Amino acid sequence: MKSEFKGIVFQAISRRAFLLSTGAAAVAVGFGSLLNVRKAFGQAAPFSPNGWVRVGTDNIVTVYAPACEMGQGVFTAMPLLIAEEMDLDWSRVRIEQAPYNPKVFGNPLFGGNMLAGASRTTRGYYTIMRLAGMQGRAIMVDNAAKKWGVPAAECSTEPSAVLHKASGRRMSYGEIAAFAEVPASPPNFTPEQLKPMSRFRLIGKDVPRVEIPDKVSGQARYGIDVRMPGMMYAAVLRAPVNGERPLQVDDAEAKKVAGVKHIVPLPYGVAVVADTYPAAQKGKQALKVEWSQASKARSYTTDKVIPEYQQRVRNLEDKGTVYEAHGDVHGAIAKAAKRISAEYISLNVTHATLEPQNCAARVDGDAIEFWAPTQSPFGVFLAAVKGAGFKPENVKINVTFLGGGFGRRAENDYALDAALIAKAVPGYPIKTLWSREDDTRYTKPRPLTVQRLEAGLDAQGNLVGLRTRICGESIYRRFAPPAFQASGGKDLPLCEGAFEPTYHYPNFSLEQLLEARGVDVAVWRSVGGGYTKFALETFIEEVAQAAGKDPIEFRMKLLEKEPRGQAVIREAMALADWNRKRPAGRALGLAYSDIWETYVAMVAEVSVDRKSGNVNVHELWSAVDTGVALQPANVHAQIESAAVWGVSALRERLLYKDGVPQQSNFHDYPVLRMNEVPRITTKVIVTDNKPGGIGECGLPPVAPAVANAVFKLTGKRLRDLPFKQELLKA
Amino acid sequence: MIKFAVNGKEAWSEQPADTPLLWVVRDELGLTGTKFGCGMAQCGACTVHVNGQPTRSCVTPVSSVQGKRITTIEGLSASADHPLQKAWIAEQVPQCGYCQSGQIMTAAALLEKNRKPTREQIVEHMKGNLCRCGTYNQIVAAIQRAAGEMQKA
Repeated sequence: MKSEFKGIVFQAISRRAFLLSTGAAAVAVGFGSLLNVRKAFGQAAPFSPNGWVRVGTDNIVTVYAPACEMGQGVFTAMPLLIAEEMDLDWSRVRIEQAPYNPKVFGNPLFGGNMLAGASRTTRGYYTIMRLAGMQGRAIMVDNAAKKWGVPAAECSTEPSAVLHKASGRRMSYGEIAAFAEVPASPPNFTPEQLKPMSRFRLIGKDVPRVEIPDKVSGQARYGIDVRMPGMMYAAVLRAPVNGERPLQVDDAEAKKVAGVKHIVPLPYGVAVVADTYPAAQKGKQALKVEWSQASKARSYTTDKVIPEYQQRVRNLEDKGTVYEAHGDVHGAIAKAAKRISAEYISLNVTHATLEPQNCAARVDGDAIEFWAPTQSPFGVFLAAVKGAGFKPENVKINVTFLGGGFGRRAENDYALDAALIAKAVPGYPIKTLWSREDDTRYTKPRPLTVQRLEAGLDAQGNLVGLRTRICGESIYRRFAPPAFQASGGKDLPLCEGAFEPTYHYPNFSLEQLLEARGVDVAVWRSVGGGYTKFALETFIEEVAQAAGKDPIEFRMKLLEKEPRGQAVIREAMALADWNRKRPAGRALGLAYSDIWETYVAMVAEVSVDRKSGNVNVHELWSAVDTGVALQPANVHAQIESAAVWGVSALRERLLYKDGVPQQSNFHDYPVLRMNEVPRITTKVIVTDNKPGGIGECGLPPVAPAVANAVFKLTGKRLRDLPFKQELLKA
Repeated sequence: MIKFAVNGKEAWSEQPADTPLLWVVRDELGLTGTKFGCGMAQCGACTVHVNGQPTRSCVTPVSSVQGKRITTIEGLSASADHPLQKAWIAEQVPQCGYCQSGQIMTAAALLEKNRKPTREQIVEHMKGNLCRCGTYNQIVAAIQRAAGEMQKA
């Protein structure tokens, strides 16, 4: 069986004009020459009331998913928003990944760029997609009313059909599509006109995820699965240290490998293009390259960096950049009856997406087309335009499914590989694939950080001020320079979880101490939340202890003005049956997180093996209030996923020596396996608040909840991520 | 040329003898449901059945399957309706989904020899398969559901 080539079919979209312009606040909708386009394709062509949907005359409605599907469920949840307001029959909805067209599909929370991450997809599209659906419904109603010669106000809808009850007439959207026209000035709506939660028919009702059947049959297509006639495969030998470049390349042996076709020098490495991936790998291994020795990252060794960062957080005269402050924290702490301070360390960690980084591209003339498993079509676009010199109008991007994202695929290094290699070997589709070792060693890790927290208590044991200092390599300075500069040099992901606290501190200051060590650090599921909440939620228990107060009561007082925060803590405790006595050697710990407009509290039941220092997490209970839960079952799934990720993170670390990561694959960078996974119970509290993010919020409370339980069992305060097991040996 | 059978059909490869079966299945035969994760039998994403045995195709030289029967996720059932596949949908197991072909193939081999596995037996059998999205508890639930359905059938 030489199976017949099928490749991947991406819907052609060029014949539809997308001129819908989306403002950040309201959807102001304008249209171009859709009517002419339709005439050219005849009446059977689908009708597009706006850029988000196409109504087929067969009554199938195709809706675009604006953000990539990487497991977070938005391939279902975002089109559902349109379906809700347009009143679509969900069984007749088809979903397509949106093409690269930020004017229509950009996320307002990313300045109108197409990018999925930072738990901003639902938050960014929730209103604009519902408004687009509402507009689509109005256009279908207006067309039907016009046809019947009745006022539109007399018409109503049922799923995918317009009704005129007075005359008993009904037309499906498909029938309307056969004659419908987009009005010269399409109706616009405001968020106040959207359905109230009580009238939701699809939102909050657990529609099954649409892509799951393909994910159990082997038919789902990820970037790595892209196949095209004449396709070649590339492997890239990258500089061992970030920032170095090839000086001398000896490719004589590589060229002798059967199947190797081209050697392509890159600014940061050397690519081998071959008929097969194994041949490309063999060719890569046969390359002999002399590298430059100039990178700053050569001095980056984990054990040496930590004391340097520690020194910096301890030098209180070094204010760095004040990220956020209110009141007079210095005065308050100076006058405090009691002062408590502690330091926390978190090491570099890598994403280890199970699908290694890859990207396919083809260059024809001055045009390039990508097939990219990417969180960031925007980043792929930049790789083509800024990195490889293509004109913006000549770049086409197809987004595939992603075999995990977790922030890694918000980068575009794989797309730059694909663009530069395809440009050097035009006329052929070429898929660049990283090995697992490449993926680990050339990762863009979460930054190594040292934090120092200091609190002051008055004579009654009330918190009078909190001062947090975070030292780490900047993410945003490299990754998002415009956002970095516009904010006055604030590194949002680095400090995530430490700013805009829902705890009410009378006096507060957050200082960031940015480093520039030449390692390209990046976002990683929850980013700052993974270490800032670890520090804060363990520190707060230490402060409560110093105040002679119960740590839960202490939190509740700080949350006096945040009933949603208090509620999740109460619910998590109830779920865990907090006051029930646990077996000997077991204890509970709790932590709270408020990032991404989602409130979550988690309780962990833990034991410690005092021989090995190993911490066992037996069970986790979480309560989450994310406002309107678009897909409650998926909220459960995401909380559980992030919680498992958080348990894995208790031991993950990527160690550097002279700028070179020392781990390479799952044997030396172990991630959590099935035999280590705790039981997890989640309660989703649905409230009529705008939806928060859910893909990351289950992670931050894991480490502090576990560490707080460990303290109860051992009296030891864990202050390191990964945990220092030797501290717990007895 | 190395000859074998894939999903009940004759197949052959003209790749070098040391080529991992994974790349033959994916790139030569076009059956991309079987995934590449690590290349050193650490993650299980590449699991196929060789003569019914769950096998890591990323470390299996194609020369070693001469004359053998290979089953991939595409051939596990006639129309993606193996009890495990149905249970995976019912439990909404996959998130990113990348590991799930390997999970299902590994689980199918378990149910072949043990129709009523306990949770401990499931975990022991499945712990070689990584899921970075952390869907492990859902995988266990789906295997138990499938086992239950197979009892009824």
